[in-house]
Amino acid sequence: MIAAHGLTKVFRDRRRGEFRAVDDVSFTVEPGRIYGLLGANGAGKTTTLRLLATLLRPTAGTAEVAGRDINLDPAGVRARVGFLATSTALYGRLTARETLEYFGRLHGLAPDVLRARIDLLADELEMHAFLDRRCDSFSTGMKQKTSIARTLVHDPAVMIFDEPTLGLDVMAARAVVRFVRACRDRGKTVIYSTHVMSEVEKLCDVIGIIHGGRLRDEGSLADLRARHGETDLEEIFVRVVGGEPAPPPLLPPR
Amino acid sequence: MNAAHIWIIYRKELRDALRDRRTLISSIVVPTLLMPLLLFGVGRLMQRAVAEAREDVPAVAVLGAAGAPTLMSRLAVDARVRLVPVPADWREAIAAKRLRAVLELPERLEERLRAGEAAPAIRIFHYQGELKSENGARVAERIVTEHRERVVTERLAARGLGPDAVRPFEVRRENVAPPEKVGGNLFGGLVPYFIILLCFTGAIYPAMDITAGEKERGTMETLLCSPVARVDLVLGKFLLVLTGSLASMFFVVASMAGSALLGGVLLFGGPVPGAAAAAAGPAGLVPGALPTIDPLGLAGVFAMVLPVAVLFSAVALTVSLFAKSYKEAQSYLGPLIVVVLVPGMIAALPGTELTARTALIPLLNLSLVCKEMLSGSWPWGYIALIFGSSSLYAAGALALAVRMFNREDVLFRS
Repeated sequence: MIAAHGLTKVFRDRRRGEFRAVDDVSFTVEPGRIYGLLGANGAGKTTTLRLLATLLRPTAGTAEVAGRDINLDPAGVRARVGFLATSTALYGRLTARETLEYFGRLHGLAPDVLRARIDLLADELEMHAFLDRRCDSFSTGMKQKTSIARTLVHDPAVMIFDEPTLGLDVMAARAVVRFVRACRDRGKTVIYSTHVMSEVEKLCDVIGIIHGGRLRDEGSLADLRARHGETDLEEIFVRVVGGEPAPPPLLPPR
Repeated sequence: MNAAHIWIIYRKELRDALRDRRTLISSIVVPTLLMPLLLFGVGRLMQRAVAEAREDVPAVAVLGAAGAPTLMSRLAVDARVRLVPVPADWREAIAAKRLRAVLELPERLEERLRAGEAAPAIRIFHYQGELKSENGARVAERIVTEHRERVVTERLAARGLGPDAVRPFEVRRENVAPPEKVGGNLFGGLVPYFIILLCFTGAIYPAMDITAGEKERGTMETLLCSPVARVDLVLGKFLLVLTGSLASMFFVVASMAGSALLGGVLLFGGPVPGAAAAAAGPAGLVPGALPTIDPLGLAGVFAMVLPVAVLFSAVALTVSLFAKSYKEAQSYLGPLIVVVLVPGMIAALPGTELTARTALIPLLNLSLVCKEMLSGSWPWGYIALIFGSSSLYAAGALALAVRMFNREDVLFRS
């Protein structure tokens, strides 16, 4: 389970000064459910997920992830979370098997348990053909499968996906979506960030719309449709974030 | 701190580094092959150039020859020079290397000398910086000086005095230093200089690859997702950088020692040139033999280098972690090589001594104490002070690296 309470993250930099990337965000994700975090670029999705994965420390607020507090036991949280993002790449000079062994060992798995786990994941994800090849020679699909296996090697209770289909072709993206669904079916707690409306419609049990670092609205797709009197999720999203920005002025006629 | 985590990370980084040809070539292969080539190749070339210049019989022309028939007849028969007529464009001839030097004698030189007049100076024209021309000028000056001494001897004889009248005693220098001490003084400045350079270059390539390189390739975030504490992460990575630093130094020193041994066999027909010198006894060097390096001194140098290798590894890790990309890390660490070399250069300057103050200046202290140890002197107080202070700086740098790994703005800098 994930329970975020008033999560806030403030960045300070010389150019922008103080910048609230995540502002007082609270939500709950139950086991066996997929929570979709929907937002435009820069809305605060990645920062929220990084806070949950303890890659960043919150400025205020906290969250409980798989029964551990992100502020009090970050290593305990990481031991129970699988984190997959476009920014989590693979070591090109290691083989897929070595990659899984490395992360398995870091998660404290015993050698025989790890071996069995790698066999199981390779069966499930059909990785045997390339398990002993170096990752830098992989196709996008092979890389995606290896990354997925990496997040699952320690069989985490919570899965965090940060725009996992970004840059993937249709087939690879469908495979990821299938895998996310499989995680839910196995009773894992899943949080999934994206800006692709169709993915949210297909996958998510609960949708949170985030904009300017704040959670603007939350509910199931049916709830949102009923509340806004609109069936198209894109229209609902635009309404929730306060409308579209004004179009650029037209060129003057010649 | 979790030793098992540190070990897992170190082993993975080592495997990764050994498969990284770019890092291996730049930090191990190139210096191992290049250093001996540079040292011995350039040394051999210089040796040959000097020998060639010395074998060259310089062509010398004389202006005002008519006034000095005796000097001219001596120059004509002297095998050390080849007397040629003065060309009209003699200055250009020197520049064009057709002529090595030109002697300009004052008018009526010998007549004025006989009359007891104070003669004006003899001028020797040469091309400064051109090896053969300078050698020609030196030979010409020696012949003229010998001629002057004969004139003095003749004048003394005319007054009934012997040469002792102006040269009552001789001065001679004798060497008491055994060959390894001579070697220590000669190489004392050079060896630590090279070792410092190697330690640093050996550290920077792996450091850049496992920090900025990882950020660039996107694997840093993958690693940060694992339940490993940041301090273990830093220490595992740091050990790899230290391995790179020490391995690079070890391979190059071994290759230099091997080349010296091989060079000795090829050049002198014996295994170690210094062995011949040692066999000649402590009285001094066999003429032409190379000075040796005391192995105990070299062992001391390696021991003192350890904390400096730690310092370099931690600094390289910290600086390259700050960079967003491999290229940016290169632009930070490249200029640092020069900074690292400056204390070594200062230490090599004559007159820079080991004092309580210089013993606290990082790198300068190492270079100075290495010079001492290689020439057979062991100032234990300073050695302890330098080892202690270097270890302290190294610990500080390592703490800084750990701190850097805990900074979100550095890890997620974009």
